[in-house]
Amino acid sequence: MSTPFYVAPEQVMKDRADYARKGIARGRSIIASTYEDGIIIVAENPSNTLHKLSEIYDRIGFAGVGRYNEFDQLRIQGIRHADLKGFNYSRHDVDALSLANQYAQILGQTFTNEMKPMEVEILVAAIGETADEADQDQLFHILYDGTVFDQNRFAVLGGDAEAITARLEEGFEPRLTLGAALQKAQAALAGPDRTLVAGDLEVAVLDRNHGRRTFRRIVGDELADLAA
Amino acid sequence: MGDDPGSDFSRLARQSGLLADPGAGEVLDLPHGTTCIALRYDEGVLIAGDRRATSGNLISYRTMQKVFPSDRHSAVAIAGAAGPAVEMVRLFQLQLEHYEKVEGKELSLDGKAAQLSQMLRQNLPAARAGMVVVPIFAGYDRRTSVGRLFQFDISGGRYEELEYGATGSGSLHASTVLKLRYRNAMDRDTAVDLAIEALYVAADEDSASGLPDFVRNLFPIVATVTDQGYQQLDDDEVRERSQRLVDELTSRNTTT
Repeated sequence: MSTPFYVAPEQVMKDRADYARKGIARGRSIIASTYEDGIIIVAENPSNTLHKLSEIYDRIGFAGVGRYNEFDQLRIQGIRHADLKGFNYSRHDVDALSLANQYAQILGQTFTNEMKPMEVEILVAAIGETADEADQDQLFHILYDGTVFDQNRFAVLGGDAEAITARLEEGFEPRLTLGAALQKAQAALAGPDRTLVAGDLEVAVLDRNHGRRTFRRIVGDELADLAA
Repeated sequence: MGDDPGSDFSRLARQSGLLADPGAGEVLDLPHGTTCIALRYDEGVLIAGDRRATSGNLISYRTMQKVFPSDRHSAVAIAGAAGPAVEMVRLFQLQLEHYEKVEGKELSLDGKAAQLSQMLRQNLPAARAGMVVVPIFAGYDRRTSVGRLFQFDISGGRYEELEYGATGSGSLHASTVLKLRYRNAMDRDTAVDLAIEALYVAADEDSASGLPDFVRNLFPIVATVTDQGYQQLDDDEVRERSQRLVDELTSRNTTT
């Protein structure tokens, strides 16, 4: 009988984390930030059909970077969790925190127990009901190992997060108009050496003035007009 | 795929134990909702219902809502056992929204109607125990840019109507009014007045349906579905039009 090689748990975890980070770094980044009517999410995504941003519930949005099939699976699980909870109790009982915790559980379990960690970072964004509750806007940034960050003002997901965060922080204001917030994110995603046009972006908002279902995609002419 | 419910919310809810399988048993005496109608007009389709729920010969609820938006571009009106009917609407609304979120696009109007058929078929054992639900489904078909409406039977049979449809205990009398007065491509105002009159006549003949109630300020719910989406009429507008109808009927009976 052969004896398996001993590998220190620290090493196993480090290898897995490196593996996940490498996978995530290959993809393009996403910015979510508050703006005057809610939260705007901007992704660098030239595809019109493979979405990185999605509606989860009335006031909750989702964004994912990394491997498409993995975060799309998480997205569907989130919709199921939210719709079941809303059906079983009431629409008001569906909240972002419980969803973020659920995601953290799934990602954490996979990270420790499976051969391969998920190569994703995801964002759960939620807005408060009225303008007075704008301080209740929430951005939960969840990493491949289940670590949750509760971020206010803005969140950056993806491999190039540090550089993008630095660019976004410069002169950041939390309640810009939609156009200004979009252009700010667009410039931060592009960096000094590139330009991104409207066609390179996938943009969605959680808009307090959009009725019960606040998630709205910004596409076509509206996007072209608002983008720089 | 096996047990994966995909974008089907009903199946997901059943797997999660949130939907009991309806069992057949003795016939129950439950509150019933009564008359609903729908008709096509030039901009789309109009759907309306009275407000009364009855148990036997007693009124159990005066403010019942029987007309609901099922999503942005469709509506559903229900007659039959009130509890299961409202629950079916809730499930139907969620089914459409769940599909839209998971798949990233809306179901076609035919797809939505088919979903409602399936729910009725699943309700058949309960219908045998007295929990009958008979809806009307109306929507704006954005592929062909027309309003369309569907009637159903308790087994899930689905029948598209080209002019109008009615369901519930007062449907016979409401249909007669619609049949005599219906014209192709009516404008909105004419269609709204016709709907209010049809519901009035139905309630005048059928004790289970409610007349406009000026004392409690309760009026039929009337909604339109057009390319602009679902829109419920103001209570004030329905009140005004109901008043005009009542005045006209009164003047007919006044001898000079």
